[in-house]
Amino acid sequence: MTGIEIRNLAKHWGDIRAVDDVSFDVPQGSLTVLLGPSGCGKSTLLRMIAGLEDVSSGQVHINGQDVTHKDAAKRGVSMVFQSYALFPHLNVRENILFGLKVRKVEQAVRDKRLQEAARMVGLEELLDRKPANLSGGQRQRVALARTIVADQPVCLMDEPLSNLDAKLRAEMRDEIHILQRKLKLTMVYVTHDQTEAMSLADQVVLLKDGRVEQIGKPSELYETPSTTFSARFLGMPPMNVLRIDQIKDRGALNGAIPSGSPGWQLGVRPENISIADKGLSVKISAVDYMGAETVLRLRHGKQNLMARIDGRTNAVPGETLHITWNADDIHLFDEEGIRRGGIDAKPSASA
Amino acid sequence: MHPSRNLMRHVHGWLLLTPAAILLVAFTHYPTIKTIIDSLFSKGTVIRPSRFVGLANYESMYADPIFWKVLYNNLWFALGTIPTSIILAISMALLVNRAMPGRSFVRMAYFTPTILPMIAVANIWLFFYSPDIGLIDQISSWFGISGHNWLGDPKTVLPAIIIMTVWKEAGFFMIFYLAALQHVPPELREAARLEGASRWYFFRRVLFPLLMPTTLFVLINAVLNSFKLVDHLFVLTKGGPDNASNLLLYYIFESAFSYFDTNYAATLTVVLLALLAIMALVQFFLLDRRIHYR
Repeated sequence: MTGIEIRNLAKHWGDIRAVDDVSFDVPQGSLTVLLGPSGCGKSTLLRMIAGLEDVSSGQVHINGQDVTHKDAAKRGVSMVFQSYALFPHLNVRENILFGLKVRKVEQAVRDKRLQEAARMVGLEELLDRKPANLSGGQRQRVALARTIVADQPVCLMDEPLSNLDAKLRAEMRDEIHILQRKLKLTMVYVTHDQTEAMSLADQVVLLKDGRVEQIGKPSELYETPSTTFSARFLGMPPMNVLRIDQIKDRGALNGAIPSGSPGWQLGVRPENISIADKGLSVKISAVDYMGAETVLRLRHGKQNLMARIDGRTNAVPGETLHITWNADDIHLFDEEGIRRGGIDAKPSASA
Repeated sequence: MHPSRNLMRHVHGWLLLTPAAILLVAFTHYPTIKTIIDSLFSKGTVIRPSRFVGLANYESMYADPIFWKVLYNNLWFALGTIPTSIILAISMALLVNRAMPGRSFVRMAYFTPTILPMIAVANIWLFFYSPDIGLIDQISSWFGISGHNWLGDPKTVLPAIIIMTVWKEAGFFMIFYLAALQHVPPELREAARLEGASRWYFFRRVLFPLLMPTTLFVLINAVLNSFKLVDHLFVLTKGGPDNASNLLLYYIFESAFSYFDTNYAATLTVVLLALLAIMALVQFFLLDRRIHYR
């Protein structure tokens, strides 16, 4: 059964196409991440699903119902805002109960749901505090509790963790994930952080300039990026994408390079690169030691590469090395940046 | 710490305070105390110099029907101007705090009465209210309603001045509300909208409580203004007819500079100061506790 269906959704402001012909499905009880750089239209898309933004064309279906022009309050969605949108003059209890009071839910039901939600997110001791006296993580929990008591089948999250520090972010990410599975929420989660996308998503919708770049499981996006944009967006450090025609030593590329294809590009993930006696000759421009691994920044001609090596290395900047990789680890993209081959080659653009 | 270093610190401190202290003492503390002392002395003439009379001035004030009249007028004036201008100010601020064509023009139009000099404002309204030739009477004559001496009739003179004051103050207060509204994050409205809160519910439960600091500030200003009004009365009515539009401060002015009874004027001033102090304290202590400050 389908939780949310997005059909050819678009949003125009004059000539600007913030969201352009986007379609995807979110299966019920699953978590879809809208991923993309800032300005790619992911927040606008989410706000259109919520009903906070008018739709220029296309449809939104929630639980089999066309809600494209339905009032936001009647769509059966709850939302967590980037700024949490807590009411500063109300205490935690009143903030959590705000929606239930608007909907005139009975006092007994309200109290029961408040207790449940507060217990789930660990706010029992803080119910009388005002938002100003809470830490960032606690405010985030209030926003989550508000979503829990709303008891709506669909939950939308707009970069909910971007105001938290790194440690708290990982913690809250896990909590959101546990909550989503426990309450079997159909969730759409907007982020520009690929770590969040990879760890949370059942499905990732990668957006670029208002259009869908690729849709799939995190592993699909990582293993078979359909474009050079996907290839470079996911992965830390990102995939190396080399212009083949600028490399003289074709033999060093260790792959079946189709002949007569100017402008084609070869992609290889930094972790698949190893240092060898022969192969592509590169010069080290920097060595970033990260503890468990070392990232080498390399240069071949005018092109930059990165290689990730376990542990430590004795290599120093300025040194010349030879690198190589397995023929299986190669991704090929044509002059338009569309995937044309490589491991688990599939027809281009699964969207 | 070394004693002379400590002394120098005190000297520095006092030197920094002195300019402000001089101004405060010269224009606030000294006049207040002098007023209180003056109110305890009789009116001095060439033959009979001023002498200490204790509370005699207060006794004659208590027996003065005009004093009670102006106090009563002032009460009605405050009740007539303050709530109306605050409600209008909030409404206008909500109206111009959204995207609409000609927004800055409307904002400016609301604020214009505040920019105009008070005497000019009063002259404009004098023309509006003039019997027969005034704007109001000319318009009403089209509908066959005969002229009325708005400022000459004791029944209509105070309402006429109240309307003019509301017109003048609402735009000024709107600016404060507009500034406060622009600090309310738009997500709050969206979060409420997703829960199904109506505009009125959102205003009552969220927006108005968040505007309370502004309302307190505006309220104090409005109360002060309602007791400070004097320049409009000069131009429009001189407090008449039969003190029907006379207010406390104008009566003080009359006592001091028309009847040259400065000691009685001082007595009235003490009452005015006491009233203002009591109201400011009430506002701070009763309202302040219920207000959420960000």
